[in-house]
Amino acid sequence: MSVRPILLSEMTRIADENQKSLPPLVDDLVMLETEFDSLCFALLVAGMEERTGLDPFTEMDMADLPVTVGELVALYDRAQAHAAA
Amino acid sequence: MSDPKRSVAFASLETGSNLSCPPAALAGRSVLIATQAQFPAALSLIALDGLAQRLVLAPPDLPQASLGTILRDAEIDTVVTDAAAHATSDFAGLDVVIADDRLVPIDPMPDDAVATEWVLATSGTTGAPKLVVHTLEGLAGAIEPVVDAAATVWGTFYDIRRYGGLQIFLRAVLGPSSLILSDADEAVGTFLDRLGRAGATHILGTPSHWRRALMSPRLSGLAPRYVRLSGEIADQAILDQLKRAFPEAHVAHAYASTEAGVGFSVDDGRAGFPADLVGARPGIEIRVRDEILQVRSVRTGRRYLGADAADLADSEGFVDTGDRVAVHEGRYVFLGRRSGLINVGGAKVQPEEVEAVLNRHPGVSMARVRGRPNPILGSLVVADIALHGRLPEGDDAAALSAELLALCRRELPAYKVPARLVFVETLPLTASGKLARGMP
Repeated sequence: MSVRPILLSEMTRIADENQKSLPPLVDDLVMLETEFDSLCFALLVAGMEERTGLDPFTEMDMADLPVTVGELVALYDRAQAHAAA
Repeated sequence: MSDPKRSVAFASLETGSNLSCPPAALAGRSVLIATQAQFPAALSLIALDGLAQRLVLAPPDLPQASLGTILRDAEIDTVVTDAAAHATSDFAGLDVVIADDRLVPIDPMPDDAVATEWVLATSGTTGAPKLVVHTLEGLAGAIEPVVDAAATVWGTFYDIRRYGGLQIFLRAVLGPSSLILSDADEAVGTFLDRLGRAGATHILGTPSHWRRALMSPRLSGLAPRYVRLSGEIADQAILDQLKRAFPEAHVAHAYASTEAGVGFSVDDGRAGFPADLVGARPGIEIRVRDEILQVRSVRTGRRYLGADAADLADSEGFVDTGDRVAVHEGRYVFLGRRSGLINVGGAKVQPEEVEAVLNRHPGVSMARVRGRPNPILGSLVVADIALHGRLPEGDDAAALSAELLALCRRELPAYKVPARLVFVETLPLTASGKLARGMP
């Protein structure tokens, strides 16, 4: 099962708590072009680790940072598949 | 002076010693006092001051790994120890003297007493302890005669082998006044009972000691005239809680450290200190450089011990305390330790600032804020929280979390708001009574 629903609900929660407005979370949304700043992103990564145990960022090359929501979902899905294997 | 197991009259120490050899045999020695309990250490200090060249007080929580460093850096040739500490430590190659509780008669102190160096270890919330040389004159420099010494009963959560506790010990000895010592193995409630039975009038501890004491129903057995906090930042919440608990008492907080000595006392019941304390007064000068409190006085340590030791003071004689302060409307507030800053993507967060906000919530007994590694920003802020009541579960925990986070969001910029709150039964304290920041 994709982590997509968890990821999107975490993004919405963090945006709400930090009073950031987000456009609809569609796959080709470029995250840097929203109000979802680096602190929100850091909170998202911490929140995802807490809820799913997944932390794909600690071991990845920062040059490969996901740009869009779709890429972020794919990154977490790959991490989950890797963890399950 | 008493602890849970024994008591002694200070006057009897003029003619008796607790050491297994005549104190005069240790004249000129460099002595490490390494006992398990503080009581025999206290008696040994009195027996050896004026005789030994150097007295080094081993702190109660001294790790075995640091013992060798202390023996070397302080050039120790003699160890005063008790059976408990002797059994677990390696004092090979040193003269060992046993400190007992029983006094044996001694000859009067010779007239040619030496100015013994008193050496204390820093409480070092981080890193290995450093050895700070003091003189008795400097240690006692801030002690003024108490109005009614005979009616004063000192009680302290501190261990007398640390700077704060040693100050109380010296006040009691010089009074002379009674002194109630705590014991490492004693529950907080039991110690509070003992303080109450002894009629303690002056009770001293760190804010963390007091936060724990305030959780005990036994606190109601105390009726102190004077309550003092030092060793950590006294925030307004803890000052107000103590004033409510002891409406008749004078509640003060003091600034002192092993290196800087006694700085000042704040008696107006408010956190922080008046800006006019910065500057020169008789015996002490305080300045602020790059947000850091610096102290020059006759009461600071003289130097660090050890071949590779750094300078304790700068070329002008000022000791850098490592404590960050900021001034606002004529009053300085303590921000926290420079070494404790959390770096959130380049923005600095002082844990103590966030803790002070959390501590204002009526349900919170004590908060500890720490950095947690984060791959995006390096660190995020998280908080461990001990409550006055039971640990909340399920919806109660979620509701309390939401309240605390809303409080933080109202008072703090987003990067200082904890990413996570963890409710815990209790938070660990170091042996010196400070919130243990590095411990799980």
